[in-house]
Amino acid sequence: MPAFVRYLTPLVLFLALAGLLYKGLNLNPREVPSPLIGKPAPEFSLPGLEEPLTTVSLDDFRGEVTLFNVWATWCSGCRAEHPVLMRLAEAGVRIYGLDYKDDRNDAKRWLLRYGNPYIANAFDESGKVGIDWGVYGTPETFIVDRNGIIRYKHIGPITIDAVNTKIMPLIEQLKEDKG
Amino acid sequence: MNLWRSLLIAIAIGSVTPAWAGLEAFDFSGNVNEDRYKELIAEVRCLVCQNQSLADSDAGLAHDLRMEVYKLMEQGQSDEQIIDFLVSRYGDFVLYQPPVKPSTYLLWYGPFVLLALGLLLLLRTLRQRRAQIQSEPGLSPEEQQRVERLLNESDSGKEERQ
Repeated sequence: MPAFVRYLTPLVLFLALAGLLYKGLNLNPREVPSPLIGKPAPEFSLPGLEEPLTTVSLDDFRGEVTLFNVWATWCSGCRAEHPVLMRLAEAGVRIYGLDYKDDRNDAKRWLLRYGNPYIANAFDESGKVGIDWGVYGTPETFIVDRNGIIRYKHIGPITIDAVNTKIMPLIEQLKEDKG
Repeated sequence: MNLWRSLLIAIAIGSVTPAWAGLEAFDFSGNVNEDRYKELIAEVRCLVCQNQSLADSDAGLAHDLRMEVYKLMEQGQSDEQIIDFLVSRYGDFVLYQPPVKPSTYLLWYGPFVLLALGLLLLLRTLRQRRAQIQSEPGLSPEEQQRVERLLNESDSGKEERQ
């Protein structure tokens, strides 16, 4: 072994380890990849939020690209992303909501006060549908394609940046796919 | 005396307080085995507070999932079925012990590969060193004579001193 290789080896190993750890520093451990991506969306059928006698179910999504947003009034991140949802709705994105473990009156008041970007909200009082969708912290947002397959999951508040780089391009692409 | 007694009682009470947060009062008189239930929820990670197990966590989701696990056990599902239920929704991350599959080969086998590499390196170094020692030239006749003379000198020196 030439001498310079012998002396450089520890330095190279150190740099490799440092690079690995540096990358780890910037990863967000809260963003757990969902096993549901690429799989059929879990079936559900729940009473509507605004009108408890109606039913909101997965069948309502069928045939169209849909954004499914899990939210609650006790969730501060949901308040933060709400204006972004309003703009998405204005841009013509179909948004359904899952009001997760919430108080019905609080949620209705929230929609009156901040605006309602949702076509309809399913009221998941027990959180059972949330479990089926692998929800572990609101807000979470899924993109479901025409065929009812989950294509994307966004964890945490939707940002303008996420809309521009990921969400809108994907929705446009899925709309073009004639499934 | 009274003080000691109350102190002892306080210690006794303190030592039996359950260490589990938010433990629901389940009925284990039916077909759900309490030990099996406790063992299973201790093996599963809570995704809200990620360094706590489902058993330890007081998060709302952990509470819901404990109810769910209990319900599934009541329905007679096996541990594997319940683990599948959780993994299909939350991914392998819920397991404290990750499954062996191509994406985790490095995790499971990496240490053994490193060990093997280390052994190989050690063997090679030892072999090189032995070859080096063997290839060194022995003593020349003059040097041999000198060594013997020196050894004899020191021996006789010792005898003289004695």
